[in-house]
Amino acid sequence: MHRQSHEMFDAATIPDDLSSIGTVLSPMLPGDWRNARPVVDREKCVKCAVCWVYCPAQCIVEKPRWFDIDLAACKGCGVCATECPHRAITMVEEPAQ
Amino acid sequence: MSELVNAPRVVVCEGNEAAAIGVALARPDVVAVYPITPQSSLVEHLSQMIADGSLRADLMNLEGEHSVMSALQGAALAGARTFTATCGPGLAFMFEPYIRAPGMRLPLVCVLVTRDVMSPQTVWGGQQDAMIVREAGWIQMYCETGQEVLDTVIMAYKIAENRDVVLPVNVCCDGNYLGYGVTRVEVPDQAAVDAFLPPPDVNWHVALDPARPMAVDPLTGGAGGIGPRTFVRYRKSQCRGMQTALRVIEDVHAEWAARFGRRHAPLVEEYRLDDAAYALVTIGSMTGAAKNAVDTARDNGERVGLIKVKTFRPFPLQAMVHALSKVDAIGVVDRAVGFGWNCGPVFQETLGALYHTAQRTNRCIPAVSFIGGLSGADITEEHFSRAIARTAQALAGDRPDAPVWLNEND
Repeated sequence: MHRQSHEMFDAATIPDDLSSIGTVLSPMLPGDWRNARPVVDREKCVKCAVCWVYCPAQCIVEKPRWFDIDLAACKGCGVCATECPHRAITMVEEPAQ
Repeated sequence: MSELVNAPRVVVCEGNEAAAIGVALARPDVVAVYPITPQSSLVEHLSQMIADGSLRADLMNLEGEHSVMSALQGAALAGARTFTATCGPGLAFMFEPYIRAPGMRLPLVCVLVTRDVMSPQTVWGGQQDAMIVREAGWIQMYCETGQEVLDTVIMAYKIAENRDVVLPVNVCCDGNYLGYGVTRVEVPDQAAVDAFLPPPDVNWHVALDPARPMAVDPLTGGAGGIGPRTFVRYRKSQCRGMQTALRVIEDVHAEWAARFGRRHAPLVEEYRLDDAAYALVTIGSMTGAAKNAVDTARDNGERVGLIKVKTFRPFPLQAMVHALSKVDAIGVVDRAVGFGWNCGPVFQETLGALYHTAQRTNRCIPAVSFIGGLSGADITEEHFSRAIARTAQALAGDRPDAPVWLNEND
Protein backbone atom coordinates (compact mmCIF):
# COMPACT_ATOMS: atom_id res chain seq x y z
CA MET A 1 0.00 0.00 0.00
CA HIS A 2 1.06 3.53 -0.65
CA ARG A 3 1.19 6.15 2.01
CA GLN A 4 -2.07 7.89 2.70
CA SER A 5 -3.10 9.83 -0.35
CA HIS A 6 -4.26 12.76 1.75
CA GLU A 7 -2.32 14.81 4.24
CA MET A 8 -3.42 14.33 7.83
CA PHE A 9 -6.19 16.70 8.85
CA ASP A 10 -5.05 20.05 10.19
CA ALA A 11 -6.59 20.11 13.67
CA ALA A 12 -5.87 23.82 13.96
CA THR A 13 -8.94 24.48 11.80
CA ILE A 14 -11.42 23.39 14.49
CA PRO A 15 -11.76 23.98 18.25
CA ASP A 16 -9.34 21.80 20.21
CA ASP A 17 -11.75 21.10 23.08
CA LEU A 18 -14.68 19.32 21.42
CA SER A 19 -14.08 15.72 20.38
CA SER A 20 -10.69 14.23 21.13
CA ILE A 21 -8.95 13.55 17.82
CA GLY A 22 -5.46 12.49 16.81
CA THR A 23 -3.60 13.76 13.77
CA VAL A 24 -0.10 12.55 14.62
CA LEU A 25 0.85 8.89 14.38
CA SER A 26 1.63 7.46 17.81
CA PRO A 27 5.17 6.07 18.25
CA MET A 28 3.79 3.64 20.86
CA LEU A 29 3.92 0.42 18.83
CA PRO A 30 2.64 -2.84 20.28
CA GLY A 31 5.08 -5.17 18.49
CA ASP A 32 7.07 -5.87 21.63
CA TRP A 33 4.22 -7.45 23.54
CA ARG A 34 3.12 -9.82 20.79
CA ASN A 35 3.18 -13.52 21.76
CA ALA A 36 2.64 -14.88 18.25
CA ARG A 37 3.58 -13.45 14.87
CA PRO A 38 1.85 -13.86 11.51
CA VAL A 39 4.06 -15.45 8.84
CA VAL A 40 2.98 -15.09 5.20
CA ASP A 41 3.44 -17.98 2.77
CA ARG A 42 4.40 -16.10 -0.39
CA GLU A 43 3.42 -19.03 -2.61
CA LYS A 44 -0.16 -18.96 -1.34
CA CYS A 45 -0.68 -15.19 -1.16
CA VAL A 46 -2.69 -13.87 -4.14
CA LYS A 47 -2.75 -10.25 -2.91
CA CYS A 48 -6.50 -10.24 -2.39
CA ALA A 49 -6.02 -7.69 0.47
CA VAL A 50 -8.45 -9.36 2.85
CA CYS A 51 -5.76 -9.20 5.56
CA TRP A 52 -5.24 -5.50 4.82
CA VAL A 53 -8.95 -4.82 5.22
CA TYR A 54 -9.31 -6.74 8.47
CA CYS A 55 -6.08 -5.85 10.32
CA PRO A 56 -7.21 -3.70 13.31
CA ALA A 57 -3.74 -2.16 13.65
CA GLN A 58 -3.34 -1.42 9.93
CA CYS A 59 0.07 -3.07 9.92
CA ILE A 60 -0.23 -5.02 6.63
CA VAL A 61 2.32 -3.70 4.15
CA GLU A 62 2.39 -4.26 0.40
CA LYS A 63 5.27 -6.05 -1.33
CA PRO A 64 5.59 -6.53 -5.12
CA ARG A 65 4.08 -10.03 -5.10
CA TRP A 66 2.56 -10.49 -1.68
CA PHE A 67 1.38 -8.74 1.47
CA ASP A 68 3.61 -8.74 4.50
CA ILE A 69 3.42 -7.61 8.12
CA ASP A 70 4.97 -4.60 9.82
CA LEU A 71 6.14 -6.46 12.91
CA ALA A 72 6.86 -3.26 14.82
CA ALA A 73 3.17 -2.50 14.81
CA CYS A 74 1.62 -6.01 14.76
CA LYS A 75 0.26 -7.05 18.15
CA GLY A 76 -0.27 -10.65 17.12
CA CYS A 77 -4.05 -10.79 17.35
CA GLY A 78 -4.29 -13.33 14.51
CA VAL A 79 -7.27 -11.79 12.75
CA CYS A 80 -5.37 -11.81 9.43
CA ALA A 81 -4.59 -15.54 9.75
CA THR A 82 -8.23 -16.30 10.53
CA GLU A 83 -9.61 -14.21 7.70
CA CYS A 84 -7.10 -15.13 4.91
CA PRO A 85 -9.22 -17.09 2.38
CA HIS A 86 -6.11 -18.84 1.03
CA ARG A 87 -4.70 -19.96 4.37
CA ALA A 88 -1.54 -18.08 3.46
CA ILE A 89 -0.92 -16.71 6.99
CA THR A 90 0.18 -18.84 9.93
CA MET A 91 0.57 -17.67 13.52
CA VAL A 92 3.95 -18.70 14.93
CA GLU A 93 4.69 -18.41 18.63
CA GLU A 94 7.35 -15.87 19.54
CA PRO A 95 10.41 -17.11 21.43
CA ALA A 96 10.37 -16.66 25.22
CA GLN A 97 12.78 -13.71 25.16
CA MET B 1 -59.88 23.33 7.57
CA SER B 2 -58.77 21.24 4.63
CA GLU B 3 -59.41 24.00 2.08
CA LEU B 4 -56.81 26.19 3.79
CA VAL B 5 -53.51 25.54 2.09
CA ASN B 6 -51.35 26.58 5.00
CA ALA B 7 -53.42 25.04 7.78
CA PRO B 8 -51.54 22.46 9.80
CA ARG B 9 -52.54 18.86 9.32
CA VAL B 10 -54.29 17.53 12.39
CA VAL B 11 -54.07 13.87 13.33
CA VAL B 12 -55.13 11.79 16.29
CA CYS B 13 -52.31 9.50 17.30
CA GLU B 14 -50.38 7.99 20.17
CA GLY B 15 -47.30 9.77 21.51
CA ASN B 16 -44.99 7.21 19.95
CA GLU B 17 -46.45 8.00 16.53
CA ALA B 18 -46.21 11.74 17.25
CA ALA B 19 -42.52 11.20 17.93
CA ALA B 20 -42.13 9.27 14.67
CA ILE B 21 -43.87 12.05 12.74
CA GLY B 22 -41.50 14.58 14.30
CA VAL B 23 -38.52 12.44 13.38
CA ALA B 24 -39.67 12.16 9.77
CA LEU B 25 -40.12 15.93 9.54
CA ALA B 26 -36.52 16.39 10.72
CA ARG B 27 -35.35 14.30 7.74
CA PRO B 28 -32.78 12.01 9.38
CA ASP B 29 -30.34 10.22 7.09
CA VAL B 30 -29.93 7.10 9.23
CA VAL B 31 -32.39 5.48 11.64
CA ALA B 32 -31.07 2.52 13.64
CA VAL B 33 -33.47 0.61 15.85
CA TYR B 34 -34.07 -2.32 18.11
CA PRO B 35 -37.57 -2.80 19.56
CA ILE B 36 -38.19 -2.65 23.29
CA THR B 37 -41.48 -2.20 25.16
CA PRO B 38 -42.97 0.44 25.40
CA GLN B 39 -40.91 2.03 22.61
CA SER B 40 -41.64 -0.58 19.91
CA SER B 41 -44.54 1.11 18.16
CA LEU B 42 -42.41 4.25 17.69
CA VAL B 43 -39.84 2.41 15.58
CA GLU B 44 -42.61 0.43 13.87
CA HIS B 45 -44.14 3.71 12.71
CA LEU B 46 -40.73 4.85 11.45
CA SER B 47 -40.12 1.53 9.69
CA GLN B 48 -43.49 1.87 7.98
CA MET B 49 -42.69 5.40 6.83
CA ILE B 50 -39.39 4.25 5.38
CA ALA B 51 -41.05 1.26 3.71
CA ASP B 52 -43.71 3.57 2.25
CA GLY B 53 -41.06 5.93 0.94
CA SER B 54 -42.50 8.86 2.89
CA LEU B 55 -39.28 8.98 4.92
CA ARG B 56 -36.13 8.69 2.86
CA ALA B 57 -33.69 7.38 5.44
CA ASP B 58 -31.51 4.31 5.75
CA LEU B 59 -33.10 1.96 8.28
CA MET B 60 -30.77 -0.33 10.19
CA ASN B 61 -32.43 -3.18 12.05
CA LEU B 62 -29.60 -4.25 14.29
CA GLU B 63 -29.03 -7.13 16.70
CA GLY B 64 -29.21 -5.02 19.84
CA GLU B 65 -29.03 -1.53 21.29
CA HIS B 66 -25.25 -1.63 21.74
CA SER B 67 -24.94 -2.02 17.98
CA VAL B 68 -27.62 0.61 17.39
CA MET B 69 -25.74 3.32 19.27
CA SER B 70 -22.39 2.22 17.82
CA ALA B 71 -23.75 2.30 14.26
CA LEU B 72 -25.27 5.74 14.81
CA GLN B 73 -21.95 7.06 16.04
CA GLY B 74 -20.32 5.84 12.84
CA ALA B 75 -23.12 7.37 10.81
CA ALA B 76 -22.81 10.69 12.64
CA LEU B 77 -19.04 10.69 12.16
CA ALA B 78 -19.73 10.29 8.44
CA GLY B 79 -22.03 13.32 8.57
CA ALA B 80 -25.49 11.78 8.93
CA ARG B 81 -28.37 13.17 10.94
CA THR B 82 -29.47 10.17 13.00
CA PHE B 83 -32.30 8.88 15.15
CA THR B 84 -33.03 6.09 17.55
CA ALA B 85 -35.33 5.40 20.48
CA THR B 86 -35.02 3.04 23.39
CA CYS B 87 -35.77 2.59 27.09
CA GLY B 88 -35.30 0.41 30.16
CA PRO B 89 -33.31 -2.77 29.45
CA GLY B 90 -32.55 -1.53 25.92
CA LEU B 91 -30.99 1.61 27.33
CA ALA B 92 -29.04 -0.53 29.78
CA PHE B 93 -27.68 -2.64 26.92
CA MET B 94 -26.84 0.57 25.03
CA PHE B 95 -24.94 2.04 27.98
CA GLU B 96 -21.32 1.65 26.81
CA PRO B 97 -21.65 3.52 23.50
CA TYR B 98 -24.35 5.74 25.05
CA ILE B 99 -21.93 7.28 27.56
CA ARG B 100 -19.33 7.70 24.80
CA ALA B 101 -21.53 9.93 22.63
CA PRO B 102 -21.52 13.15 24.72
CA GLY B 103 -17.73 13.20 25.11
CA MET B 104 -17.33 12.65 21.38
CA ARG B 105 -19.68 15.62 20.95
CA LEU B 106 -21.98 13.79 18.57
CA PRO B 107 -25.33 15.60 18.18
CA LEU B 108 -27.50 12.47 18.21
CA VAL B 109 -31.20 12.51 19.04
CA CYS B 110 -32.67 9.56 20.93
CA VAL B 111 -36.20 9.38 22.32
CA LEU B 112 -36.45 7.59 25.64
CA VAL B 113 -39.94 6.14 25.96
CA THR B 114 -39.30 5.92 29.66
CA ARG B 115 -39.86 2.69 31.54
CA ASP B 116 -39.40 1.60 35.10
CA VAL B 117 -36.40 -0.58 35.84
CA MET B 118 -36.42 -4.17 36.92
CA SER B 119 -36.37 -5.88 39.28
CA PRO B 120 -39.16 -6.57 40.16
CA GLN B 121 -39.77 -7.45 36.52
CA THR B 122 -41.68 -4.66 34.82
CA VAL B 123 -42.49 -3.60 31.28
CA TRP B 124 -44.45 -0.48 32.25
CA GLY B 125 -43.81 3.23 32.38
CA GLY B 126 -41.74 5.13 34.93
CA GLN B 127 -38.76 7.45 34.64
CA GLN B 128 -36.20 5.32 36.47
CA ASP B 129 -34.30 4.46 33.26
CA ALA B 130 -33.85 8.10 32.24
CA MET B 131 -33.00 9.13 35.81
CA ILE B 132 -30.29 6.45 36.02
CA VAL B 133 -28.50 8.04 33.05
CA ARG B 134 -28.93 11.63 34.19
CA GLU B 135 -25.15 11.97 34.64
CA ALA B 136 -24.25 10.43 31.27
CA GLY B 137 -23.89 13.86 29.68
CA TRP B 138 -26.94 13.76 27.42
CA ILE B 139 -29.38 16.66 27.36
CA GLN B 140 -32.73 15.48 28.73
CA MET B 141 -36.07 17.14 27.99
CA TYR B 142 -39.23 15.61 29.49
CA CYS B 143 -42.48 16.17 27.60
CA GLU B 144 -46.01 16.68 28.88
CA THR B 145 -48.13 15.93 25.78
CA GLY B 146 -47.95 14.10 22.46
CA GLN B 147 -47.83 17.48 20.74
CA GLU B 148 -44.86 18.49 22.85
CA VAL B 149 -43.12 15.22 21.96
CA LEU B 150 -43.53 15.90 18.24
CA ASP B 151 -42.40 19.51 18.53
CA THR B 152 -39.51 18.72 20.88
CA VAL B 153 -38.11 15.97 18.66
CA ILE B 154 -37.70 18.49 15.85
CA MET B 155 -36.31 21.15 18.19
CA ALA B 156 -33.90 18.56 19.63
CA TYR B 157 -31.96 18.43 16.36
CA LYS B 158 -31.57 22.18 16.28
CA ILE B 159 -30.37 22.20 19.88
CA ALA B 160 -28.02 19.22 19.48
CA GLU B 161 -26.44 20.52 16.29
CA ASN B 162 -25.97 24.08 17.54
CA ARG B 163 -22.22 24.66 17.27
CA ASP B 164 -22.05 26.04 20.80
CA VAL B 165 -23.74 22.89 22.16
CA VAL B 166 -22.77 19.86 20.00
CA LEU B 167 -24.25 17.34 22.43
CA PRO B 168 -26.69 14.44 22.14
CA VAL B 169 -30.30 14.92 23.24
CA ASN B 170 -32.78 12.59 24.89
CA VAL B 171 -36.41 13.53 24.40
CA CYS B 172 -38.16 11.77 27.27
CA CYS B 173 -41.68 10.53 26.56
CA ASP B 174 -43.41 8.77 29.45
CA GLY B 175 -43.87 5.13 28.54
CA ASN B 176 -47.49 3.92 28.38
CA TYR B 177 -49.10 7.24 29.39
CA LEU B 178 -47.54 9.46 26.73
CA GLY B 179 -46.23 6.79 24.35
CA TYR B 180 -49.53 4.92 24.03
CA GLY B 181 -51.85 7.78 25.00
CA VAL B 182 -53.84 8.96 21.97
CA THR B 183 -54.35 12.70 21.55
CA ARG B 184 -54.95 15.38 18.95
CA VAL B 185 -51.69 16.48 17.38
CA GLU B 186 -51.01 19.24 14.88
CA VAL B 187 -48.46 18.20 12.28
CA PRO B 188 -46.39 21.10 11.02
CA ASP B 189 -45.87 21.62 7.33
CA GLN B 190 -42.68 20.04 5.95
CA ALA B 191 -41.63 23.26 4.23
CA ALA B 192 -42.04 25.16 7.50
CA VAL B 193 -39.91 22.59 9.33
CA ASP B 194 -37.30 22.79 6.58
CA ALA B 195 -37.18 26.55 7.06
CA PHE B 196 -36.78 26.09 10.82
CA LEU B 197 -34.26 23.26 10.81
CA PRO B 198 -31.11 23.72 8.74
CA PRO B 199 -29.49 20.79 6.90
CA PRO B 200 -27.46 18.38 9.07
CA ASP B 201 -24.35 19.91 10.64
CA VAL B 202 -22.96 16.91 12.43
CA ASN B 203 -19.30 16.10 11.75
CA TRP B 204 -17.61 19.45 11.20
CA HIS B 205 -15.40 18.89 14.25
CA VAL B 206 -14.75 15.15 14.14
CA ALA B 207 -15.21 12.94 11.11
CA LEU B 208 -14.65 9.63 9.41
CA ASP B 209 -13.55 11.15 6.14
CA PRO B 210 -10.75 9.95 3.81
CA ALA B 211 -10.29 13.53 2.65
CA ARG B 212 -9.23 14.62 6.14
CA PRO B 213 -7.76 11.62 7.97
CA MET B 214 -7.80 11.73 11.75
CA ALA B 215 -7.87 9.26 14.61
CA VAL B 216 -11.22 9.59 16.36
CA ASP B 217 -11.35 9.42 20.15
CA PRO B 218 -7.76 8.36 20.91
CA LEU B 219 -6.58 7.68 24.48
CA THR B 220 -6.64 10.97 26.40
CA GLY B 221 -5.49 11.43 29.98
CA GLY B 222 -3.16 9.45 32.21
CA ALA B 223 -1.08 10.43 35.22
CA GLY B 224 1.51 12.69 33.65
CA GLY B 225 2.67 14.76 30.71
CA ILE B 226 -0.01 16.69 28.88
CA GLY B 227 -2.60 13.97 29.55
CA PRO B 228 -4.37 15.33 32.64
CA ARG B 229 -4.76 18.89 31.38
CA THR B 230 -5.81 17.67 27.95
CA PHE B 231 -8.57 15.61 29.51
CA VAL B 232 -9.65 18.56 31.65
CA ARG B 233 -9.83 20.71 28.53
CA TYR B 234 -12.31 18.33 26.92
CA ARG B 235 -14.36 17.82 30.08
CA LYS B 236 -14.60 21.55 30.79
CA SER B 237 -15.70 22.14 27.23
CA GLN B 238 -18.37 19.44 27.63
CA CYS B 239 -19.65 21.14 30.79
CA ARG B 240 -19.62 24.49 29.00
CA GLY B 241 -21.64 22.95 26.15
CA MET B 242 -24.23 21.78 28.68
CA GLN B 243 -24.51 25.20 30.28
CA THR B 244 -24.71 26.94 26.90
CA ALA B 245 -27.49 24.52 26.00
CA LEU B 246 -29.77 26.23 28.52
CA ARG B 247 -29.75 29.43 26.48
CA VAL B 248 -29.96 27.57 23.17
CA ILE B 249 -32.95 25.54 24.39
CA GLU B 250 -34.70 28.79 25.29
CA ASP B 251 -33.83 30.37 21.94
CA VAL B 252 -34.97 27.36 19.94
CA HIS B 253 -38.27 27.13 21.84
CA ALA B 254 -38.84 30.85 21.26
CA GLU B 255 -38.20 30.46 17.55
CA TRP B 256 -40.52 27.44 17.46
CA ALA B 257 -43.27 29.47 19.11
CA ALA B 258 -42.78 32.32 16.66
CA ARG B 259 -42.91 30.07 13.61
CA PHE B 260 -45.50 27.50 14.64
CA GLY B 261 -47.56 29.30 17.29
CA ARG B 262 -47.06 26.69 19.99
CA ARG B 263 -45.22 27.91 23.06
CA HIS B 264 -43.73 25.19 25.26
CA ALA B 265 -41.87 26.25 28.39
CA PRO B 266 -38.27 25.48 27.44
CA LEU B 267 -36.77 24.89 30.88
CA VAL B 268 -39.32 25.34 33.66
CA GLU B 269 -43.03 26.17 33.41
CA GLU B 270 -44.65 28.24 36.14
CA TYR B 271 -48.37 27.49 36.45
CA ARG B 272 -50.56 29.70 38.65
CA LEU B 273 -47.44 30.49 40.64
CA ASP B 274 -47.28 34.25 40.98
CA ASP B 275 -49.60 34.55 43.99
CA ALA B 276 -49.03 31.01 45.27
CA ALA B 277 -48.02 30.26 48.85
CA TYR B 278 -46.84 26.78 47.94
CA ALA B 279 -46.40 24.64 44.85
CA LEU B 280 -46.04 21.21 43.41
CA VAL B 281 -43.01 20.41 41.25
CA THR B 282 -43.73 17.93 38.45
CA ILE B 283 -41.96 16.42 35.45
CA GLY B 284 -43.36 14.83 32.30
CA SER B 285 -46.87 13.70 31.47
CA MET B 286 -48.06 13.63 35.09
CA THR B 287 -48.27 17.42 34.87
CA GLY B 288 -51.70 17.45 33.20
CA ALA B 289 -53.42 15.72 36.10
CA ALA B 290 -51.41 17.84 38.53
CA LYS B 291 -52.63 21.05 36.88
CA ASN B 292 -56.22 19.82 37.18
CA ALA B 293 -55.68 19.18 40.89
CA VAL B 294 -54.15 22.65 41.28
CA ASP B 295 -57.21 24.18 39.55
CA THR B 296 -59.54 22.29 41.87
CA ALA B 297 -57.59 23.37 44.94
CA ARG B 298 -57.62 26.96 43.68
CA ASP B 299 -61.40 26.74 43.37
CA ASN B 300 -61.40 25.75 47.02
CA GLY B 301 -59.35 28.77 47.99
CA GLU B 302 -55.95 27.12 48.26
CA ARG B 303 -53.08 29.34 47.12
CA VAL B 304 -51.23 26.58 45.31
CA GLY B 305 -49.27 26.68 42.07
CA LEU B 306 -47.15 24.33 40.00
CA ILE B 307 -43.61 24.24 38.68
CA LYS B 308 -43.04 21.85 35.77
CA VAL B 309 -39.50 20.81 34.91
CA LYS B 310 -39.07 20.23 31.19
CA THR B 311 -35.31 20.40 30.83
CA PHE B 312 -33.72 18.28 33.55
CA ARG B 313 -30.27 18.00 31.95
CA PRO B 314 -28.66 20.47 32.05
CA PHE B 315 -30.45 21.39 35.28
CA PRO B 316 -32.14 24.78 34.80
CA LEU B 317 -30.82 26.30 38.01
CA GLN B 318 -31.68 29.96 37.36
CA ALA B 319 -35.18 29.20 36.12
CA MET B 320 -35.80 26.94 39.12
CA VAL B 321 -34.51 29.54 41.59
CA HIS B 322 -36.77 32.12 39.92
CA ALA B 323 -39.78 29.83 40.39
CA LEU B 324 -38.92 28.51 43.84
CA SER B 325 -38.34 31.97 45.29
CA LYS B 326 -42.05 32.72 44.80
CA VAL B 327 -43.31 30.11 47.30
CA ASP B 328 -42.95 29.11 50.93
CA ALA B 329 -43.26 25.32 50.58
CA ILE B 330 -42.96 22.77 47.80
CA GLY B 331 -43.97 19.17 47.17
CA VAL B 332 -41.91 17.46 44.46
CA VAL B 333 -43.53 14.54 42.65
CA ASP B 334 -41.14 12.02 41.14
CA ARG B 335 -41.85 9.08 38.85
CA ALA B 336 -38.58 7.45 39.94
CA VAL B 337 -36.57 6.73 43.05
CA GLY B 338 -33.24 8.15 44.17
CA PHE B 339 -31.82 5.30 46.18
CA GLY B 340 -28.93 7.28 47.61
CA TRP B 341 -31.06 9.82 49.46
CA ASN B 342 -34.32 7.96 50.11
CA CYS B 343 -36.34 10.37 47.98
CA GLY B 344 -37.13 11.16 44.39
CA PRO B 345 -34.31 12.35 42.11
CA VAL B 346 -36.09 15.54 41.04
CA PHE B 347 -36.71 16.25 44.73
CA GLN B 348 -33.02 15.82 45.55
CA GLU B 349 -31.99 18.14 42.73
CA THR B 350 -34.63 20.69 43.73
CA LEU B 351 -33.05 20.73 47.18
CA GLY B 352 -29.82 21.79 45.44
CA ALA B 353 -31.69 24.65 43.79
CA LEU B 354 -33.27 25.58 47.14
CA TYR B 355 -29.80 26.30 48.56
CA HIS B 356 -29.35 28.93 45.85
CA THR B 357 -32.91 30.14 46.43
CA ALA B 358 -32.21 30.56 50.14
CA GLN B 359 -29.14 32.64 49.35
CA ARG B 360 -31.40 34.98 47.43
CA THR B 361 -34.45 35.00 49.73
CA ASN B 362 -32.68 34.35 53.04
CA ARG B 363 -35.14 31.66 54.08
CA CYS B 364 -35.18 27.89 53.96
CA ILE B 365 -38.57 26.53 52.95
CA PRO B 366 -40.04 23.09 53.74
CA ALA B 367 -39.97 20.51 50.94
CA VAL B 368 -41.75 17.16 50.62
CA SER B 369 -40.76 14.26 48.36
CA PHE B 370 -43.63 12.38 46.70
CA ILE B 371 -42.95 9.22 44.70
CA GLY B 372 -45.65 7.87 42.41
CA GLY B 373 -46.41 6.32 39.06
CA LEU B 374 -43.86 3.55 39.39
CA SER B 375 -44.07 0.55 37.06
CA GLY B 376 -47.05 1.83 35.13
CA ALA B 377 -49.10 3.11 38.09
CA ASP B 378 -51.39 6.02 37.37
CA ILE B 379 -50.94 9.27 39.27
CA THR B 380 -54.46 10.56 39.30
CA GLU B 381 -55.87 13.97 40.07
CA GLU B 382 -56.87 12.52 43.43
CA HIS B 383 -53.28 11.56 44.19
CA PHE B 384 -52.21 15.09 43.37
CA SER B 385 -54.94 16.52 45.56
CA ARG B 386 -53.52 14.50 48.45
CA ALA B 387 -50.01 15.73 47.57
CA ILE B 388 -51.30 19.31 47.61
CA ALA B 389 -52.93 18.79 51.00
CA ARG B 390 -49.76 17.19 52.41
CA THR B 391 -47.63 20.07 51.09
CA ALA B 392 -50.03 22.54 52.73
CA GLN B 393 -49.45 20.67 55.99
CA ALA B 394 -45.70 21.07 55.51
CA LEU B 395 -46.23 24.77 54.95
CA ALA B 396 -48.02 24.83 58.31
CA GLY B 397 -45.00 23.24 59.98
CA ASP B 398 -45.68 19.50 59.74
CA ARG B 399 -43.10 18.21 57.28
CA PRO B 400 -42.72 14.42 56.74
CA ASP B 401 -39.15 13.20 57.16
CA ALA B 402 -39.56 10.39 54.60
CA PRO B 403 -40.95 10.27 51.07
CA VAL B 404 -44.71 9.94 50.59
CA TRP B 405 -45.47 6.98 48.28
CA LEU B 406 -48.54 8.06 46.34
CA ASN B 407 -49.67 4.63 45.15
CA GLU B 408 -48.88 2.83 48.40
CA ASN B 409 -52.51 2.45 49.42
CA ASP B 410 -54.14 2.17 45.98
